[in-house]
Amino acid sequence: MRINPRLIDKLMRGGLTFQALFTVAILVAIVLIIFVKGFPYVTTEFIFSYPEDMGRLGGIFPFLVSTLFLGVLSIAFATPLGIGTAIYLTEYTKESSLTRCIRFGVESLAGIPSIIYGLFGFIFFVIKLRMGWSLLSGTLTIAIMVLPTIIRTSEEAIKAVPNNLRTVSFSLGATKWETVTRVIIPSAAPGILTGIMLSIGRAVSETAAVIFTMGSSLRLPASIMDSGRTMAVHFYILAREGISLEKAYATALVLIFSILVINILAYYIMHRMIARFS
Amino acid sequence: MHRTKIRVRNLRLCFGKKEVLNGIDLDIYENRVMGLMGPSASGKSSFISVINGMINFEDHACFKGQVHIDGFGELSEKTDHVALRKRVGTVFATPIPLPRSIFENVAFGSRLKGVKKRSELNALVAESLKKAFLWDEVKNRLSESALKLSGGQQQRLCLARTLALKPDVILLDEPCSGLDPISTAKIEEALSELKRDHTIILVSNNTKQIARASDFVAFFYMGKLIEFGPTVKVFTNPEQKLTEDYVLGKFG
Repeated sequence: MRINPRLIDKLMRGGLTFQALFTVAILVAIVLIIFVKGFPYVTTEFIFSYPEDMGRLGGIFPFLVSTLFLGVLSIAFATPLGIGTAIYLTEYTKESSLTRCIRFGVESLAGIPSIIYGLFGFIFFVIKLRMGWSLLSGTLTIAIMVLPTIIRTSEEAIKAVPNNLRTVSFSLGATKWETVTRVIIPSAAPGILTGIMLSIGRAVSETAAVIFTMGSSLRLPASIMDSGRTMAVHFYILAREGISLEKAYATALVLIFSILVINILAYYIMHRMIARFS
Repeated sequence: MHRTKIRVRNLRLCFGKKEVLNGIDLDIYENRVMGLMGPSASGKSSFISVINGMINFEDHACFKGQVHIDGFGELSEKTDHVALRKRVGTVFATPIPLPRSIFENVAFGSRLKGVKKRSELNALVAESLKKAFLWDEVKNRLSESALKLSGGQQQRLCLARTLALKPDVILLDEPCSGLDPISTAKIEEALSELKRDHTIILVSNNTKQIARASDFVAFFYMGKLIEFGPTVKVFTNPEQKLTEDYVLGKFG
């Protein structure tokens, strides 16, 4: 017997709606659990005071600072390199075995587990270059880790810029570089920014690679050569070693909230850019 | 007597093995509108892409023969195309505003030349928009996005943007193909004023537009120049049967 197509249509509509809602429900559930378990312990004192007794008491101020530094510095290292690579791949070369090779390399880099980056960072930056467990070793390692994301998203964004804008720019006497900086990058900015946002999220929530390269010092880092502990690492240590689940959830809540703030900020910047250019 | 601005001798152009221009000899006169007409794929657009050097972006394109632009020099492999395009401006078939404000679109070329002074840019933008018959419609909203303009306005904006370069030569590649009659009339009106200061090449397969707007006509067919002469003569008393048939609308 043939099933009525209209019935299938209705069923599918219901099914797909359910799937979409289910995805949102998972997100809500995670945030809700963290919120309920962590919120009672998040106070201004918790955010702005130093930890005591391995984090059993006190706050997370040094970790907040380390997280901020790691996020900002790793993006500052990775963004110019990533966008530069994307520009080279899209504007300065034709498809060849070289570009295919670079692209394959970038994709492979994206597939490596973060702990391998941690191991590489430990051997290369911490030991070989004698940087020790430091913010610098950590940010360089994380910068390499997020590089593929920035390259791929920037490349897609640049490819999506209509070709006739390039033609017009050249016809008005612009050089290649002037066309890239004045026409292509501004048009591709929203897409590039999406990649940067994703990368910030990955950088501040990474644990394995960070522990290997930045260590997990409880102190507030005084320079980029000091060790430090990010909120994600702090959460991991608190929960794994059973030091304090309450503080762990509170830390997680602050971490999630920070990522949310970063994303909202990035969206805001993006929308202002789109409004200005179109 | 007319002064020759662009002298083309035995111009051959091929894409790979396919020859699209097949020995063109043509003089383009200063301060006149030269109309290039002919059916699609007759080589008109390829011809102007040699003159503005955009042909260099095509793969496997090669041209032989002489193209000499008075005040610039001979075009060859070694030509500085960035400098060439500051002297030879182009308006394309579809209006392509850059995703910026009206002001920034017109100022684009001057900013590339390093003009930074606001007063200088203001004067140039106003002058260019006036010459393109667009000033009255946009003078109060120069900071708005150019993408908000209508198609006809966008095309006049593109013309103004080209004029702001202060080029010697302006190439228009079917500039009115997608426009309404009123916008078309405005562009044609602008051209008749602009030829005082510029040499203009107008490509169109609309013979009526060529008849209205040009001083001289070159008729291209299948990569060959069939006939060249003053517009009135070519339209009323053509030498070639092919030209007559095309002008009368028997083919094309």
